[in-house]
Amino acid sequence: MQSTTLILILLVLMAVAFQLGRRRAYNLPGLGCICDLNSLPIYHGLYTAIWCGIPALILLGIWSSIQTPIVINLLMNDLPAAITAGLTPAELSLVLNDIRNLAYGNITSGEISPELMAAADRYNQLQQIGLAAQSIVVISLTLITTSFGWRFISPELRARNKVESVLRWLLLISSTIAILCTLGIIFAVLFESVRFFEMIPLTDFLFGLQWSPQIAIRADQVGSSGAFGAIPLFAGTLLISFIAMLVAVPVGLMAAIYLSEYASQRLRTYAKPLLEILAGIPTVVYGFFAALVVAPMIRDSAAQFGVDASSESALAAGLVMGIMLIPFISSLSDDVINAVPQALRDASLALGATHSETIRQVVIPAALPGIVGGVLLAASRAIGETMIVVMAAGLSANLTVNPLDSVTTVTVQIVTLLVGDQEFDSPKTLAAFALGLLLFLVTLVLNVVALRVVRKYREVYE
Amino acid sequence: MADRSTTTLDKVNASLARRYAKERRFRRMGLVAIATGLLFVLLLFTSIISNGYSAFWQTHVKLDITFNAEQLGIGDARDFEALSSADYAALVRASLKEIFPEVRERKERRKLYKMISTGAPLLLREMLINDPSLVGSHHAIWLPADDDIDMLVKGQIDRTLPESARRLNDQVVGWVDRLTENGVVAQLFNTTFFTAGDSREPELAGIGGAITGSFYALLVTLLLAFPIGVATAIYLEEFAPKNRWTDLIEININNLAAVPSIVFGLLGLALFINIAGLPRSAPLVGGLVLTLMTLPTIIIASRAALKSVPPSIREAAIGIGASKMQTVFHHVLPQALPGMLTGTIIGMAQALGETAPLLMIGMVAFVVDIPGGPLDPSTALPVQIFLWADSPERAFVERTSAAIMVLLAFLISMNLLAVLLRKKFERRW
Repeated sequence: MQSTTLILILLVLMAVAFQLGRRRAYNLPGLGCICDLNSLPIYHGLYTAIWCGIPALILLGIWSSIQTPIVINLLMNDLPAAITAGLTPAELSLVLNDIRNLAYGNITSGEISPELMAAADRYNQLQQIGLAAQSIVVISLTLITTSFGWRFISPELRARNKVESVLRWLLLISSTIAILCTLGIIFAVLFESVRFFEMIPLTDFLFGLQWSPQIAIRADQVGSSGAFGAIPLFAGTLLISFIAMLVAVPVGLMAAIYLSEYASQRLRTYAKPLLEILAGIPTVVYGFFAALVVAPMIRDSAAQFGVDASSESALAAGLVMGIMLIPFISSLSDDVINAVPQALRDASLALGATHSETIRQVVIPAALPGIVGGVLLAASRAIGETMIVVMAAGLSANLTVNPLDSVTTVTVQIVTLLVGDQEFDSPKTLAAFALGLLLFLVTLVLNVVALRVVRKYREVYE
Repeated sequence: MADRSTTTLDKVNASLARRYAKERRFRRMGLVAIATGLLFVLLLFTSIISNGYSAFWQTHVKLDITFNAEQLGIGDARDFEALSSADYAALVRASLKEIFPEVRERKERRKLYKMISTGAPLLLREMLINDPSLVGSHHAIWLPADDDIDMLVKGQIDRTLPESARRLNDQVVGWVDRLTENGVVAQLFNTTFFTAGDSREPELAGIGGAITGSFYALLVTLLLAFPIGVATAIYLEEFAPKNRWTDLIEININNLAAVPSIVFGLLGLALFINIAGLPRSAPLVGGLVLTLMTLPTIIIASRAALKSVPPSIREAAIGIGASKMQTVFHHVLPQALPGMLTGTIIGMAQALGETAPLLMIGMVAFVVDIPGGPLDPSTALPVQIFLWADSPERAFVERTSAAIMVLLAFLISMNLLAVLLRKKFERRW
């Protein structure tokens, strides 16, 4: 890890520059008193350190990102004609991969010819030269820029303002990372999806009723249809999410009503955190619980009634997902119920309504938008939930509404398509990205609507 | 007049019983809901703990081992080379033969030898390499038993089942009972479970590698997410002009917090692995993905913490001539830091439990070695749980539950720390 060492060296140099700048501010020739300086000496130190570090870090970043492409370019130009003769670009990139694997000491795909060996040596050599040059250039740059900064220090230098404006820029840049992340998601997923839709028409994907992503190795292979219809996946996702909401909404909502309207202070202080434990448990634990405890339980009790239940039933996954969502719904509803002004309750009680009538006819209608928003957020959670369904739901894409059958979901398919070997030119791998794009869009719409609804409601009583 | 008022009152009175009953029913429904929720908590914890607690002990068998140079096949050589390639399994076999001299048939013998873990010879090897002078000496050594034997001793294999339905036949059960009678079978604390990496053999598998992987990933996450998150919060809360751009950032952050975690995994796969060319299965990439996931949590918590610092503090600082930047960094930030730390710890706890995005970037590999740095291939603790949950051996069910217990212990202590921090530094203005 050469660049790590280089960054550490840079940090040390920055500390040195800080000291130098501060000393210089104290010992400026002709300085009678510290109060003659425009800024405190610490800002002169920071000023010098910024001069020392920032240009070098920028250079380091750019250099690191362009070195390998340049080396590869040089290498490809030098490759003996014996290797490259008559190769397509794809085969050429395979050769290049072999060379790089050879250079890193990994396993290569084909035989190692002396030409390849020489190329690998050359690759290593070029990289070495590049890294050495990088260190030298970066460190000399720090020395030059530091001396600049050092020279600029004078009593009149507005060091504080300059340091603060740099800091402000840094803060601004950090805040754009969130935006970049969203853009990254959209572009990464969109890019691969577009490649997928070049192979499989969009309508086949959106409205197809058959999902079997295997691609035939031989033309006459059985079950090699390679059908990419997403409807069964979405039906499965919706079935499981629906079961989950069927568990979570009544339990979560009633728990929130009881806790905020009826419960004594003591019950509230104990029951609320205990329920919220459920929110902190990792989903992989729920998945294990579903597969180990709930699914066999459902299968056995179904057998008692003489019904045939799959051991990967949608019911098991949905039930456990519902448990996971209980605290989510209850804490969100709790917030909105508490936000309903006491005056509404008092008015209703004064008219002779019982407590439950007040809740049902006054408090809940007043809190409804917030509750709906919370339920929508929970639904988006349920749709995007992965581990529970990966561990407890099945893999076969059945189009069914029977909760005792095995169904598969969008997230399960993304995981199965991407875990293991990936080839980024087969629709099988790219399908995962198309599914991811759909998932992202669906949850995004749900979230935006939910946040809108919640926010709109909040404004009413504030 | 009087008549009519009594009839209204009568109506009300007549309906009262029904209404009160309704009221009671409603209350009971609320209680039932809470009880259901708590019941689920209880069920979850009891099923995990009852399945997992026994994994912290491992059945060992005390065998008399003679470090016979002839059996080891090393002759007079005592150098590292010879010792590391010697036949240690032969020692175990010899010792077992001594206890059960009547077992002669090859097939039965093989069953007999299988009672001791395949990790036992490695243990002996390590002993001898550390101290070559042991050759020729005689020791009683506790060696780990095979996972099936372990399960039998722990009572997880039902002896009443017909022989054909059991993993161990009557003969092996008889051997184990004889060993138990001899007093050479004991359950010792399972240190392997905490120190070892993954293994196909349950008795040799451990969460050491997974914990190390999780540690590196979380370290990367903390180093990146905390500074970036706090800086973003400071910018949005203290400096940003209120315009469409900041609105956009804000909506973005709220939405990012609700994007399914698996989509972050797709991002990591496409961006960090395909485009940036970082190694697959590396905690560094895992940490980067988790950073993006925890950023919204940290930003939202940090903003709330900054908001709770009263404006009077800022006004006082500005009033005596501090610049905006000095006000924020010298006065506001120190007051808001406990709240930010609390949010960060909660974000870290979420990141520790996250599995799905790590599957996407290849942290699901079968990794035996304990990773030595953030670029080595590794798994993470929740991914290890996922991997073991798929294994058919009964002993892995036990170990999965135990790993979950360790994970939950980490999570609960992190959350407790956050609660304590909040209690200690919470300040009402």
